[in-house]
Formats: sequence, structure tokens, C-alpha cells
Amino acid sequence: MSKKLLALSLGILMILSVMAGCGGNSGGSSAPAPSAGGSTPAPENNGSAAPTGGSVYYLNFKPEADAAWQALAKEYTKETGVEVKVQTAASGQYETTLMSEIAKTEAPTLFQVNGPVGLAKWKDYCYDLTGSQIAGELSSQDFALMDGSKMAGIAYVIETYGLIYNKDLLQKAGYTEADITDFASFKKVVEDITARSGELGFSAFTSAGMDGSSDWRFKTHLANLPIYYEFEADKIGDTDAIKGTYLDNYRQIWDLYINNATCAPAMLSAKTGDDAVAEFVTEQAVFYQNGTWAYGDVSDLGDDNLGMLPIYIGASGEQNQGLCTGTENYWCVNTKAAPEDIQATLDFMYWCVTSDTGLKYMCSGDQMGFVIPFKKNLPSENALVNIANDYVAAGKTSIKWCFPTMPSEEWKNVLGSALTTYAADQTDANWETVKTAFVDNWAAEKEKAKAKANS
Amino acid sequence: MEKSIKRYFPVFLLPTFLAFIIGFIVPFLMGLYLSLCSFRTVTDAKFIGLGNFVEAFQDPEFIHAFFFTAGFTIVTVVLINVLAFAVAMILTKEIPGTNIFRTVFFMPNLIGGIVLGYIWQLIFNGILARYDLALKISAKYGFWGLVILVCWQQIGYMMIIYIAGLQAIPGDLNEAASIDGANGWQCLWNVTIPNMMPSITICTFLTMTNGFKLFDQNLSLTAGEPMKQTEMLALNIFNTFYSRVGWQGVGQAKAVVFFVLVVGLGILQLQMTRSKEVQQ
Repeated sequence: MSKKLLALSLGILMILSVMAGCGGNSGGSSAPAPSAGGSTPAPENNGSAAPTGGSVYYLNFKPEADAAWQALAKEYTKETGVEVKVQTAASGQYETTLMSEIAKTEAPTLFQVNGPVGLAKWKDYCYDLTGSQIAGELSSQDFALMDGSKMAGIAYVIETYGLIYNKDLLQKAGYTEADITDFASFKKVVEDITARSGELGFSAFTSAGMDGSSDWRFKTHLANLPIYYEFEADKIGDTDAIKGTYLDNYRQIWDLYINNATCAPAMLSAKTGDDAVAEFVTEQAVFYQNGTWAYGDVSDLGDDNLGMLPIYIGASGEQNQGLCTGTENYWCVNTKAAPEDIQATLDFMYWCVTSDTGLKYMCSGDQMGFVIPFKKNLPSENALVNIANDYVAAGKTSIKWCFPTMPSEEWKNVLGSALTTYAADQTDANWETVKTAFVDNWAAEKEKAKAKANS
Repeated sequence: MEKSIKRYFPVFLLPTFLAFIIGFIVPFLMGLYLSLCSFRTVTDAKFIGLGNFVEAFQDPEFIHAFFFTAGFTIVTVVLINVLAFAVAMILTKEIPGTNIFRTVFFMPNLIGGIVLGYIWQLIFNGILARYDLALKISAKYGFWGLVILVCWQQIGYMMIIYIAGLQAIPGDLNEAASIDGANGWQCLWNVTIPNMMPSITICTFLTMTNGFKLFDQNLSLTAGEPMKQTEMLALNIFNTFYSRVGWQGVGQAKAVVFFVLVVGLGILQLQMTRSKEVQQ
């Protein structure tokens, strides 16, 4: 009898432990609700008695900002008592992570999409931010991501990319920034450095790695330039069928990148983002295409030593071209979360971009170092951001980020593969593959995306 | 003892059974249903019927992945089994150090597929870099890279099964055959192999299903590059499901097709080799 009881209780214990493992978090609400008259400066509500006791779960996109977000979340919990959980998806895994996270009971309350294309996928999950406090803080309504009349997302960072270069090395090679004013002069400098690389001890470009950790620099960011110039020429903002007018320019700049780098073009598929950073920081190469977000990686070279050049591709009028500035980071609030969680999330967002602590974390150079499109943006300590500002002050035309209009991730991936194949064997036939991936696949993927959006 | 096992079997079985239901049966049934749906997240689906299957079969990449996988499976089944059998034969001879060799050959199996993929990627790229080449520039390199990796990983495992099989063959059978004048080749072909059929059945089954289901190694070694030329079925399904907006249903349909395919081939193969097994 007692044996039976023992067995039974053991069995129950085992089952319980299995269950506890699965649903440990869903238990009673843990975060103490912020007391109404507490001493902590709780964020003011909209006046109405907003539900309290919610918590925030932010699925962060930027691995480089993870530590800062974790610290910021702790500060917020300390100040207000509201629990904030920040989780960061591995580089290149955001969509995958979001897809599995959002299906959970404890889904992210705050996530991000990359623009219209990402929005098409997640629009059913986007809370309408119209009239929210944070929407009122936007420095320009251009930074809101609209789905019809619904404000589905809000940009939280503006970024700029171009060719980061090492001033010292450029000088050693006998040139200055003033020598580079368009593609032709740029090409001359680059090819001269390559010709003398043995004697100089460095190459022109860091490896244009086509590994998944780095290929977005070329299949997305570099591809933005031909798209931008085509859109400008046709005076459009998006298209269902791209013509590829500037593809020859794309080829020119890609040829320049891959044939004047630290490694042989056929080896690019194996090169990672870390490789490129390492080559740049250890002064093996002069030029490194990346953006303001990479400041943390390259700051070891010293602020005075860092410069940024526009990416010239040989389009007409490019003497006045500036850097590429825009955003593909939009915050969205999960509309399927509990109302108190939504409110907590809105409060958290507002706090991030208005409170002193929040701003310190968002903007200061040793934290996230963002330029934020909100009224209370702090002056940046990020050297690359300041360079970008100088370009704008000098009256150069910033290149818009057109890549959020790229039809799908699939389009980018196919283009990336084609670029890699071409790099390994630079024949016209292989460039035709790139063209097909760029032009034909654009139309095909746009069509598929439309069909899928309606289904 | 017997009696108490009868009485207490639920205590031992229920937790595992529960885990099996949660981790296998439920997702499987959900997956079957979801393959007939249009959805973004698995908890929020809309029934649409068989459209996903139509799209799956119209996808040229899926078809390419099938043939690539089939080719890969044929090559690896042959290579792994022949080599594992040979190694097992050698290591059942009384050679000094046999145990060390068995352990060494078995060890690659203890490393996970993702890690193996990255390690071999470094090795291959390290070698190819001498010729200014890289693994991901040609499907040929990717294919043979995968074959080498999988052989290296699985030969040891199959070897252990073959060794167990070889040791179970009574020594007097071969002895009698050689007294009757059979040479070494005839002994192998007419005595050893027929007696090894149970091991061969299980090993071909394992290598075949492993070949078809290969995912980790594929993802980490080539990730389908170049241009999806080395994308195998499992990776194709994963990519369809996760990296294409609105294609989740199609990915799920592909997974169901994949399941039917692997189960069908598995049963076929089991029947073919079972019929050749002999009773001792």
C-alpha cells in the first residue's frame, strides 16, 4: 500500500516537474505595480486611469546594442518597478526569432519591422500608434511607418552609411579626401593603392565578405545606390518592375571592391563581418563600407583618424553626393498583447526617448550611440555620426535608403548569391545572373509578395 | 520483479509518453493541419485547402533540392556502409590497439552537426584558400564537402553496429566453409554477408534516413550556397518556412511531403533488405 502511494506520488512529482518546466513563467504576476503616490517618478499616464501592472518584453534587433538595452531595462525597472525583459535575436535571425516568439503566450510586446516589406508581414500585429505620446515626440512625421491611416511603426534610430576610411593610411598612400570627388578619381586612388600594396603594406578595401554576417553590406546597402539613382531618375519611390538602369555602375563599384581587397575574390564567400572589422582595425586596409552603427567596432583607430566617404558609383551629378542616411528600424507594439502590457510598453517607449536616463542610454557614444528622430535627441558622441552631419551641413545630398522597398528577403539572398558567384568568376555570363537576380527577380518577388499579402 | 514491473510500468512510461505527446504527436498533428492553412504564426491560421501543396510542387528549388538530396543519399549510403563494413572487418581481426581505434573512429559521432559543419568549413576553406578558392563558390565543392563530412561522422557509428554483427556470427561457420575449400572472398560473400543482413538492414536504414534528413551539417557547412545549389530538402523547408513572408504554409506542406517521402522510402528499403535476412 505504502509502496503504491510512493510510486503514485513519484509519478505525479515527475509529471509536475515536466509541466513546471514548460510553464514556469506564466505563473502569478511578479512585477509589483507602480504605486500611485510612490516616490518614484512614474511616467505620467494619459490622464485616463490606464491599467497598471503590465510588463514589457522587447525583442531587440541590434546585437551591438544588447548590453546597453539590458542596462537600460534594469534602470527602468529600478525607477518605475515595471518589469522589462529585453531579448536580442542573433544577427540575421530576427525574423526567425520573432516568428517563434510571437506565437508564445508571453509574446514580445515591443518588436521591430524593417519598413514596408516587414510591415506587410506583421501588420496584423501592429498596434495603431496614432495619438500615442511617443508619436507626439517624433521630430518629423516622415519617421512614422504608415499602414494606410494607421501608424503601425515608429522609427527609433536614424543611421548613415558610406565608406569608412583610415585617414592615416590614405595619407601614407599619398592621398587625401580632397582627391576623391567621384568614381573616376576614387578608382584611380584605389587602383594605385593596389598596385603599390606590397610596398605600402596595406590594401585598398577590407574583404567584402559574403558570409551571412556581412553580405547585407553589399546585397542590401550597396545595392541601394543603383536603386536610388534609378528611382531619382524616374521620380518614383517604389516600383513593381525595376529596370536596372544603373546596374553597370553597380558592377563597376563591385569590381572595384572585390579586386582591390585584402583577399582573392574567390575567397569572399568565406569571409565574415568580423574579418572585415579586424582587417580595418589592424590597418590592413584603407576603406571599409559600413555605417554609424559600426562606430564601436572601429573607434579603436581614434576619432581623428576616421573619415567617411560617399560611395561613388559613377552616376551623373555624384560630385554633390553625400552619405546614405535613413532608417530600417521601426518599433511596433504588439496589438495582441494584454492591454496593460501595451500601456506599459507605450510608457516604456516614451520614457526611452524623453527621460534623461533613457536619452543617455540611447544617444551617448559609449552606450547605443543612436541618432534618434525625436525632439529630445542629444548631440552625438559618435564620430561617424558627426562626420555624417558635416556632410549635411556642407550641402551634400544625402542618399535615401531605398532598400526597405526591396521586395523580399529572398530577393536579397538571391542577389547576394549571384554577387558571390560573380566575384569568384568575373565573366559577363555571371554578371547576367546578377542582372536577372536584380531585375527579373524583383518583379517576380514583388508579385509573389502581393499574392501572399492578399491570401 | 516481473509483477512489480507490471504494476509500476506507468510510473516509468508516463513521463516519457507525455513528453512524446508534447514533443512529437501534438506538433505532428498541428503540422498536418497547418499544411492546409495560410498563416504567419502557428497559433493564428486560416484554412485554405490544398493550395500549399500545389505551390510546393511548382517550386523549382524544392525539386532541385530533392534531386540533390537523392544524389547525396545514394553516394553516402554506399560510401558509409562499404567503408564502415571494411573498418569493422579490420577491427575485428586481432590487431593490437583495436579498442583505441574503435574509440577514435566512433568519436566524431559525439560532436553535434552544427559544430562539425563549422569545423569542416574551416578545414575545407583552409585547404582551398591555398588555391585561392572557397567552399561556397561551387556546388561541386559543397556536395563533396558534405559527403566527406557525413562519412567522417557516421562511419564510426555504423562500424560499431557492424562490429556487433560480426561478433555475433559463430566462428565455426567460416571455419567450416574454409575447410570445405572456400577462399577468403567466398567466405565473405557467402557466409559473412548473409549472416550480417540484420546489421546491413539497420545500417542502410540509418544512413538513408540520415542522408535525407540532413540539416545541421548542410546549414553550417554551405547554407545552400552558391545560389541554393547545395540546398537539401530539410534546409529548403526551413528556408521556405522562415525566410519568406507568407510562405509558411508552403513550407509546412513541403514538410508533410518530406515526411511521406522519408517514411515511404524507409519502409521500402526495410522490406527489400529484410527479405534477404537469413535465420541462423
